[in-house]
Amino acid sequence: MAGEARNLKNTNEHVRVRIDNVRKVFNGRNGEMVALNGVSLDIHDNEFICVVGPSGCGKSTLLNIIAGLLEPTEGKVYCDGKEVTGTGTERGVVFQQYALFPWLTVKKNVMFALEMRGVKGKQAEQEAMKYLEMVDLAKFADHYPKELSGGMKQRVAIARAYAAEPSVLLMDEPFGALDAQTRTQLQTELLETWERDKKTCFFITHDVDEAIILAQRVIIMSARPGRIKEIVDIDIPYPRTQETKLTPEFNALKNRIWSQVYQEYLEVRK
Amino acid sequence: MEKKTKQGSLADRIPAKVWVLLSFLAAMLLWWILSIIPATSRAFPNVVKVLASIKTMISRGVLWKDLSSSLISVVSGYVLGFVIALPVAILMAWYKPVRYIIEPWIQFIRNIPPLAYVPLIVIAAGVGRRPQIIVITIACFLIMCVTIYQGVINVDETLIKAARVLGATDKDIFIRVIAPATLPFILTAIRLGASVALTTLIAAESTGANAGLGMRIRSLNNSFESAPMLLYIIIIGILGITIEKLIKTAERRLTSWQEKREI
Ligand SMILES: Nc1ncnc2c1ncn2[C@@H]1O[C@H](COP(=O)(O)OP(=O)(O)O)[C@@H](O)[C@H]1O
Ligand SMILES: [Mg+2]
Repeated sequence: MAGEARNLKNTNEHVRVRIDNVRKVFNGRNGEMVALNGVSLDIHDNEFICVVGPSGCGKSTLLNIIAGLLEPTEGKVYCDGKEVTGTGTERGVVFQQYALFPWLTVKKNVMFALEMRGVKGKQAEQEAMKYLEMVDLAKFADHYPKELSGGMKQRVAIARAYAAEPSVLLMDEPFGALDAQTRTQLQTELLETWERDKKTCFFITHDVDEAIILAQRVIIMSARPGRIKEIVDIDIPYPRTQETKLTPEFNALKNRIWSQVYQEYLEVRK
Repeated sequence: MEKKTKQGSLADRIPAKVWVLLSFLAAMLLWWILSIIPATSRAFPNVVKVLASIKTMISRGVLWKDLSSSLISVVSGYVLGFVIALPVAILMAWYKPVRYIIEPWIQFIRNIPPLAYVPLIVIAAGVGRRPQIIVITIACFLIMCVTIYQGVINVDETLIKAARVLGATDKDIFIRVIAPATLPFILTAIRLGASVALTTLIAAESTGANAGLGMRIRSLNNSFESAPMLLYIIIIGILGITIEKLIKTAERRLTSWQEKREI
């Protein structure tokens, strides 16, 4: 496969997360359900990976397995060479539903991550403010989540995930619940942040545009059972902006990826 | 939904305090009408007679005794009910076997009026303070257990996952996620429990109590003294609404972070 050949050129880079032949079977009411089968992937240091595929193809299942929230039925996941057996602060997660603690203010939500790392008191407070400045929400430090818009909530969640200082950030359709304008704004902010610090990102989306604008590699998954169908390298240089979406390269990639995803979508409907 | 009529906008322009006053006056008017209609006048003596009965009951030396006796039973039963309900609710939410064994019976007993099983408790626990407290404890336990259990069961799974990926231990998750997430339900349980404690009072004091608001109403019934009876009924009502208002204020303070408010 073309994707695999291209994949090889990265093999000399440091592997952050290795997904090794993972299979996941759920035992539901209608018997066994194979959600993932034979999934292998290396996520390299400083890499931005996006995963696209029809809903129900196992994207969240794969992310939860990497996060350590689910156990694979077969196969293993390694992070920095160590086998993943549960959650760990080196693997941060941003959820689609924000998952902010509603009883804590914005600042205290971020402090939660710091306190779990052993940072205490005044220092936790100062560091929390630093992360809130990163997402431009320092002004809202003392607000409760219910007082924020969806986009602001997700920025707090991203700040909180960063505060845990993970070595890889796992994001499950983080902008999926936002309106189009807010979504492009958060994409731009995330791009800028990534271009600065190159934090390894594993980002799930159902939006092909979003995948191409963000990622260095786009993983296309197919359903029943969920597996990797193709890996597409995105050779568009950074820095990227929303204007990148108007270039011919972008549109060529979009056509190619979109038709693959659409095919899968039709498969699922059958 | 309220209709946007002229009256609606008039209703909005009148301050809330004035509405309270108007509502009070309307009730007084209804009371006064009831007190002059021959058919109802014996059951509803007028305000003057009822207020005068305060003095009668004090001079008989029973008003404070009844009030304190009832409060002791209500508060003890209520606190005991809560202390038992909290761990049982948590165990039910966490351990399926506990849930499957206990929950059907909680639902079953909850639907039986306490008055029905009072005689059995008197046979088992004798007369006096003890059976009163037991009856109130059972009623409070049932309602609070069900409410708190609902709260623990409904803690958003994503919040627990979010805490876990940030490095929270089981203890962290219990103290810093489950407890605060359940707090609104615990406060609701506390409010519903208080109301159940009062409504169970009459049943509890039918166990041969020698003082108490509920017991006194029954004994006044034997001598057809409707003025002090009505006085005692009003006292129970005032107690109930005061406790509810206090708890509601605490609820508002402690759970102002909530997205949507419960009724
Ligand atoms: N806990 C579970 N138990 C049973 N089936 C599950 C569970 N979680 C996910 N599934 C099933 O596995 C498949 C993949 O789900 P998911 O990973 O959420 O897909 P995606 O995120 O790509 O939409 C779906 O068919 C879903 O119904
Ligand atoms: Mg999903």
